[in-house]
Amino acid sequence: MDGGLLNSKNMYKSWTDCLGAAHFALVFALWSALAYAGVVSNTFLPTPDQVLQTAYRMVVDPAGDNLLHHALISTLRVTVGFFISAVLAVPLGIFMGTLPKVRAFFEPMMGFIRYMPASAFIPLFILWIGLGEPEKVMVIFWGTFFQQALMVMDVTKNVAGELVEVSYTLGAKKLAVFSKIILPASLPGIIDTLRITFGWAWTYLIVAELVGASSGLGYVIIQAGRFLKTDVIFVGILVIGLLGMLTDLIFKLLYRVMFPWLTREGA
Amino acid sequence: MPDNGHKLVIKSVSKTFQTKKARVTALQETTFDVREGEFVTILGPSGCGKSTILRVVAGLVEPSSGQVLLDGREIKSPGADRGMVFQSYTLFPWLTVQKNIEFGLELKNVDKRARAEIAQHYLKLIGLSGFENVYPVNLSGGMKQRVAIARALANEPEILLMDEPFGALDAQTRTIMQELLLSIWEETKKTIMFVTHDVEEAIFLGDTIYIMTARPGRIKEKIRVGLPRPRDYAVKDAPEFLEIKRRILELIREESIKAANAV
Repeated sequence: MDGGLLNSKNMYKSWTDCLGAAHFALVFALWSALAYAGVVSNTFLPTPDQVLQTAYRMVVDPAGDNLLHHALISTLRVTVGFFISAVLAVPLGIFMGTLPKVRAFFEPMMGFIRYMPASAFIPLFILWIGLGEPEKVMVIFWGTFFQQALMVMDVTKNVAGELVEVSYTLGAKKLAVFSKIILPASLPGIIDTLRITFGWAWTYLIVAELVGASSGLGYVIIQAGRFLKTDVIFVGILVIGLLGMLTDLIFKLLYRVMFPWLTREGA
Repeated sequence: MPDNGHKLVIKSVSKTFQTKKARVTALQETTFDVREGEFVTILGPSGCGKSTILRVVAGLVEPSSGQVLLDGREIKSPGADRGMVFQSYTLFPWLTVQKNIEFGLELKNVDKRARAEIAQHYLKLIGLSGFENVYPVNLSGGMKQRVAIARALANEPEILLMDEPFGALDAQTRTIMQELLLSIWEETKKTIMFVTHDVEEAIFLGDTIYIMTARPGRIKEKIRVGLPRPRDYAVKDAPEFLEIKRRILELIREESIKAANAV
């Protein structure tokens, strides 16, 4: 490969990284300016150091309102709901993508339910399964599952027809085409779908914790809102953002480890 | 040899497609045969049904009428006895070069050592020894098509079907690939059906050229190429080569005039 080209590519990459960091710095500077200069009242916009202090206080707090405790509970809920959804949605999506009859049966109904907001189902879920953990998990599952299955279906459906045809001419039968072509070809897209829908699962978690919860980051945020503790709201939102970024990073790492064949060497 | 020494017999094969608006004849009744070890090229403009013939032989498309016989047996579905190389790059990107070449052998449950030996043999044949563990993403277009040829040959098909395999390559690479293909053919003596829209390519490679015309697709002329073998690029300047080229261009011209007058 051309070394000069690769170098310029690397330089370009570090440049784009800088742009991303610059955006963070810009938002932080704007926040600081507005908060410290007193342009916006402290009640509505806490200063960065206030938020940091509050976060520290909440972490060392041994009582029930411990930040790590709430973050852990939320992470557990979102992981369980997401996991159950993925375990069912990925195989269903694959079958819908490869078998037209399965697709014809499931797609219309799922397309219909997909447009109903998961949060609208919360009263029903509370009536049916109560206020405990299963209800929270159910909200996350309901919000994630249909999108996930339909996205996996699309990934599987769009495997290049030529790859399937060439495998037939190499002697593959239907089952081998499925296991040796369609599965490996759609795996990167499936992992990507999981990464994107995990972000959505976090949204539904907060929705689930806003109603009838006594723990979790969503609960912390809604309680803080009632008592005008803007700094606590900030802490809650930032922690969710950080957790989201962390899972995104893990998925991206997983992607790179699982699919070395997608990237050119040296690029 | 069944059927008077003919490896492949194409008997009154036609193909029509039903679109929303009309019935389209992709291929009019077509009949010809291919001898064992023959290099047949099919030359025609895009949309003349030349790929359709190949896909019918591969078993990927069912003919509307007629039948195709390979070694006297009727073709009804795709199979490992007919290898195919496509114009688009069809290496499996998640497999290394060696695993790609071994793909068909693995399906036949050939054991690991024998597979590796066969793969090595064909890697050497295409001049890519040392590229065993490289993923296709790191190969140039010409290299990808060489591996695709090796993958098809490793399966030891009865016939090799090639659908404009060099169509996406630049002119220099294409010339090199044509010579490489001829040297592979000299060595393996495979029966090859090669589809192209490049007049020089059709003459340079083929023993026999079938010239097709479009709308509806049909074979207009069969031309025997008597050029001596083995051939190299210098043959493209030989008077006999130029004479065949002139004749083909004349045929194509006639056809375009006819088409223009018909409109």
